[in-house]
Amino acid sequence: MSRPVLLETKNLRKTFEIKGRGVLTAVNGVSISLHEGETLGMVGESGCGKTTLGRTIVKLYRPDAGQILYRGQDISRFSRAENLRYRKDVQMIYQDPYASLDPLSVVSTSIAEGLDIHGLYPGKARRERVLELLQMVGLNKEHANRFPHEFSGGQRQRIGIARALAVEPKLIVCDEPISALDVSIQAQVMNLLVRLQRDMGLSYLFITHDLSMVRAISDRIAVMYLGSIVELAPAATLYKEHCHPYTEALLSAIPLPDPDAEASRRRILLKGDIPSPVNLGPGCPFASRCPHARPICREQRPELREVSSEHFAACHEAG
Amino acid sequence: METSSHLLEVNDLAVSFFTYAGEVQAVRGISWYLNKNETIALVGESGCGKSVTIQTVMGLLQSPGRVTGGSVRFEERDMLGLSAKELRQLQGNHMTMIFQDPLSYLNPTMRVGEQIAESYRLHHKVSRSEAEARVLDMMHLISFPEPERNMYAYPHQLSGGMRQRIMVAMALICNPQVLFADEPTTALDVTIQAQIIELMNSLKEKLNTAIVLITHDLGVVANMAQRIYVMYAGKIVERGSAKDIFYRPKHPYTWGLLASVPRLDADQSRDFRYIPGTPPDLLNPPKGCPFAARCRYACRACVSSIPEEMAFDSEDHRASCWLYHPGAEALLAAAERERGMQR
Amino acid sequence: MLNRNTCPDFTPISPDELTGEEMTRPETTYFKDVWRNLKKRKTALASLFVLALLVVMVLAGPMMNEYNYYSNDYAAANQAPSALHWFGTDTLGRDLWTRVWVGGRVSLLIAILATVIPYAIGMLIGGISGYFGGKVDMFIMRLIDVLMGIPSLIYDILLIMVLGSGSIATLVIAFTITGWLGSARTTRGLVLQLKEREFVMASVTLGASPIRIILRHLLPNTLGIIVVGMTMTIPSVIFAEAFLSFIGLGITPPNPSWGQLIKEASEVFKQYPYRFIIPCIFVGLTMLCFNLLGDGLRDALDPRLRS
Repeated sequence: MSRPVLLETKNLRKTFEIKGRGVLTAVNGVSISLHEGETLGMVGESGCGKTTLGRTIVKLYRPDAGQILYRGQDISRFSRAENLRYRKDVQMIYQDPYASLDPLSVVSTSIAEGLDIHGLYPGKARRERVLELLQMVGLNKEHANRFPHEFSGGQRQRIGIARALAVEPKLIVCDEPISALDVSIQAQVMNLLVRLQRDMGLSYLFITHDLSMVRAISDRIAVMYLGSIVELAPAATLYKEHCHPYTEALLSAIPLPDPDAEASRRRILLKGDIPSPVNLGPGCPFASRCPHARPICREQRPELREVSSEHFAACHEAG
Repeated sequence: METSSHLLEVNDLAVSFFTYAGEVQAVRGISWYLNKNETIALVGESGCGKSVTIQTVMGLLQSPGRVTGGSVRFEERDMLGLSAKELRQLQGNHMTMIFQDPLSYLNPTMRVGEQIAESYRLHHKVSRSEAEARVLDMMHLISFPEPERNMYAYPHQLSGGMRQRIMVAMALICNPQVLFADEPTTALDVTIQAQIIELMNSLKEKLNTAIVLITHDLGVVANMAQRIYVMYAGKIVERGSAKDIFYRPKHPYTWGLLASVPRLDADQSRDFRYIPGTPPDLLNPPKGCPFAARCRYACRACVSSIPEEMAFDSEDHRASCWLYHPGAEALLAAAERERGMQR
Repeated sequence: MLNRNTCPDFTPISPDELTGEEMTRPETTYFKDVWRNLKKRKTALASLFVLALLVVMVLAGPMMNEYNYYSNDYAAANQAPSALHWFGTDTLGRDLWTRVWVGGRVSLLIAILATVIPYAIGMLIGGISGYFGGKVDMFIMRLIDVLMGIPSLIYDILLIMVLGSGSIATLVIAFTITGWLGSARTTRGLVLQLKEREFVMASVTLGASPIRIILRHLLPNTLGIIVVGMTMTIPSVIFAEAFLSFIGLGITPPNPSWGQLIKEASEVFKQYPYRFIIPCIFVGLTMLCFNLLGDGLRDALDPRLRS
């Protein structure tokens, strides 16, 4: 990849202490890199640590170990001014459109919050900028003075996008931005995100549980399971030549909107549930549900290694 | 045409919510039926009235909601005229329901075994040990891990997928004729969703239960339903067999819905096909076709009056759209040309 | 239904004519919503009306006759209610009608100030404690625990003895020193819930300072519940003021307050019971109305009742 690296995590680890039960390892040694203008899809089921990873990257959480490098600089050593700059460059879009807007602020106030904080577009320009942003996400000036509860989920999500865009960020961490929306609205929001990326050269870290939606937007996709990345590959490769059994099961579990194809399809049904991330044992995190598990899988955690060009997998069987 | 041999039949049902702002017409005259042993799906986006329809049929409609017209017949009985006692006889025994979020429908202070047994003991005069044996049978049937131990667990000790299995067991223990499933897999992870779909399909065969599935997920529908009703803004815009809807859709809303779903099995460009705008506010429903404002093929007639339902290749495949009016040939041709190009 | 006689108009519509984003509902705000719900609750509405009437009367009442609250008139001492003195006169011949309303001014003013000021302080401290968490939170919460362990009456009495009794300011300060504890705790609890909401996170990632987040997002969102708390606190402050005046630590004569009036009347209760009963009725009525209003407000704010 020729584009310069924008953000990089090195062996990132984030744990939470749960009183009386032990330590929950949400992110367990994750190393990823994100290039300028690139979309990295981060896919996994609930509890796999993808949201924690996203929140650590936007500095909502402090990592327990490892580093986050932004344009080569360690973000934990940022000065006050550098920190504010990082807050402007890295934005987040949230999952729940009903919780992500302040119920007491009208839309224009919410959108302009970043402008006010960073002193962008002062005076008269502020109002124009808000209207421009509203238009960018397909809303109009009549919506500016309304309260969030008057909008539908999709409209609110677009307001959230406008708020993130206001400060002209370089990277947007999208935390399940479409999972709470209806299908027709999902596609609408996805299209908006694709268009904005094209127009502004944004980078996305796209966190989702939905392997089918992330496909068309991502350059590369990482699959997470219990805090670890189990497979990472360019989007097309991941769907055609995946080699981790979890990726395979995940892909085969997605129901297709096609009755005939479904009738003839062979599905890998995983047994049991995702184990709890509290007090993780040694070995491969997927070993307990893996149809191909061998004794070594329960003892030694497989490293993420390159199985072919740009294609990484963490499995003793792979390669 | 509609003979009364159906297990469940809904005719011209209309339901409104009377709020401070006025009458919200959530369901605006819909008709559908359910035969024995079949699975039908009511498909549509949030706010289209699919959940309200099911609540009304189950007798669970709450104030300020009110039925403003139509009828619901279950085995020749008028459901809307039943007394509270008669209704209770049906609920949980002949008709049951599973919900999207099992945690909020399970009692956190009661062991799951007792909760499964509850409705069985309510409707059948059996001893505690008989009920317990029945619960164990049921838990074996849904392949619940370690039923002898887990029947004494509390809901919070189980995972999301296991709780949904408990809901399925609760719903099926009385061997109901109709099972309503309101977004049964939406809150679950894909790998767990696959398990629950498989479970419901196999139980339907074993127990001869008819299922009414409510969902917005066309993938789930393709896996479960034989017939599909597509709902939009309180109306059924298209209905037909699963094959009609997936392979020969007629209504532009169905086109849009199908095109919005990303396909894993096909290469895809970065452009998602989508439906612009948002569904209409049913406080002031549009005069014409409810979809007109978001439809790229809309004409003046669509805005001014509601199209009549038309039958297509079979009596059961019907859609309400002006494009199929004899006068709109040119429009239809243009629309089909465009769709052909997209594919 | 389709009209068979006229052919429908099949001219296509350009996409710009209909955007599918129209908003048809009237604009509403959170407070409009609450007001609409409150209007349905008749007792709360009646309480609000009575309270408004009381406020008008404490302002206008003393001007309705020619007497003032402090001039003695021994010739007119100890009169029963009459056309001349509507509530009668006291031992020094002062007009009780005038004194009751002037006393009401003092009592209500103390009640409102000694509620609003401690609540404002409590909200700020609670907001800081809840938002920052960790050691700050631990320190503030333990401090509150310790302070709460000592009966507030002890502070009040000590403070009044130090500052000297008699003025409104002294009483308000005394009530403030203990009054912020409860509201700080409540606010902290609410803030702990709110700060996990995504709109607060969004503010953080936009680079907002903690003070901005607390003042712009967290505290305004607690306000609804806090206002209910305030309405329910006012009656206890009115009572506390009456009690302190009654034991001689409140407002000093000749300035009246409802508590002061009750104290003076209690000495001659057997001869002139109406002097005692009249201010008691007003204290009771005010407390009742604030309680009922608070009840109604709480119901009106209940999210389960809103849709």
